[in-house]
Amino acid sequence: MKKTRLNEYHQKLGAKMIEFFGWEMPVEFKGIIAEHLAVRTHAGLFDVSHMGEIIISGKDALAFIQHLTPNDASRLAQNQAQYTALTTPQGTFVDDMLVYCLSPEKYFLVVNASNSDKDYAWILNHKAGFDVTVENASDAYTQLALQGPYSQQILQPLTDINLAEMRPFWFAQGKVSGVEALVSRTGYTGEDGFEIYTISQTPGILWEAVLKQGKDYGILAIGLGARDTLRLEAKLMLYGNDIDETTTVLEADLKWVVKFKKGDFLGRDVLQKQLDEGLRRKIVGFELLEKGIARPRYPVFIKGETESQVSSGTFSPYLKKSIGLAYLPLEQTEIGTEFEIGIRDKRVKAKVIPTPFYKRADKA
Amino acid sequence: MMYPGDFHYTKDHEWVQVKGDLATVGITEFAQKQLGDVVYVELPAIGTQLEAHQTIGVIESVKAVSDVYSPVSGEVVEVNKELDGSPELANQDPHGKGWIIRLKIKNKSEIEELMSASDYEKFLEGIEV
Repeated sequence: MKKTRLNEYHQKLGAKMIEFFGWEMPVEFKGIIAEHLAVRTHAGLFDVSHMGEIIISGKDALAFIQHLTPNDASRLAQNQAQYTALTTPQGTFVDDMLVYCLSPEKYFLVVNASNSDKDYAWILNHKAGFDVTVENASDAYTQLALQGPYSQQILQPLTDINLAEMRPFWFAQGKVSGVEALVSRTGYTGEDGFEIYTISQTPGILWEAVLKQGKDYGILAIGLGARDTLRLEAKLMLYGNDIDETTTVLEADLKWVVKFKKGDFLGRDVLQKQLDEGLRRKIVGFELLEKGIARPRYPVFIKGETESQVSSGTFSPYLKKSIGLAYLPLEQTEIGTEFEIGIRDKRVKAKVIPTPFYKRADKA
Repeated sequence: MMYPGDFHYTKDHEWVQVKGDLATVGITEFAQKQLGDVVYVELPAIGTQLEAHQTIGVIESVKAVSDVYSPVSGEVVEVNKELDGSPELANQDPHGKGWIIRLKIKNKSEIEELMSASDYEKFLEGIEV
């Protein structure tokens, strides 16, 4: 198994380690519920170094990214990032990702750990005709995420970067605890927070400094278990569960990511057609109306007939109820629609509810 | 971790405490640590007849669904309703307030086939890294 550069720190903290797509990662430290609630009410620090980083540079970098993705990267100013996807010609997902504009000819793509090799190969396979260099920098980077309402108070004393001025999805490069890093106001939890990227060979300095600085604010180290429950409450997609090469960007309820007017991109025609003809199915959020927990791949029944499967599901630690996501036929996607989920030998009632399940109180 | 000496234990990390012809069943400290935060316990109906090794129900943590097996045969006469509102009792006090069911047992000799506290502790040493 691959190990991040922070592995020994997790072992020292007594983390429960698991294998995650070839990586040895902490699934929990103090406990999933305690960690989840810490991020919602105080702060949490995640090691997400398993994620992939791909750098695209050259004269045609922007044109190449525009071709590969549905969002409009030409809108990005230097030091700005956007959520987007690598789409297939069918308008489905090779991956979802963030694109950071380092400069007009240099873009930093942050992709899912489970897909980093696949994405790199995909990008290489599509670069013919574009004057670009593509670098897979995944192994070089350590990535931390500091998330929660106290994130800025905790991080500011450690860095020369002005965090108060950093708007969501913007970033800057500077020093954090003396370590060169890129800091972006991004995250995967639905809270305010920062992601910190560094190629330093001693990123442990950063990890320990943030935990130390955050101690008085109630910071906890957070594992992959709480990472999943947090992102689900915020209705953020998880590749492999909610989106994959069989789901289109529109079916995934991500129409806002698709900027048809920007020009052609892989999958544009199929998505335009879907928009014109109407979707046949769409992902929705649901809650259970009876006791139980809906988990990924549990069957979904509409009027007694098997329809689809739960794509994501858990017991929400903050909302204290069972929630989840599933693709339903369009005519069943209205809020309030009731259906059933098969949990072992029982059929448990569920209801379509608005998403995100959790939204933080508006941040300045 | 001292496991109660008057309990018997299974390889699936359940414990049973017998008093007369009543047996109380729960999961062990080791099991609750492996599971993580328990968020839901599916309890059987009163009157259910169980055979040894049969599934009592399911205990769910945030990340996992785990079957709970009955260490002995008997009839379910009581279930721990506290677990409905406070499933975390299974983590906080697995050998006490986190008990799961009580059975009226048929065959006291089944207990002999289970592990004693010291056997169970040795068993754990074999599996813990």
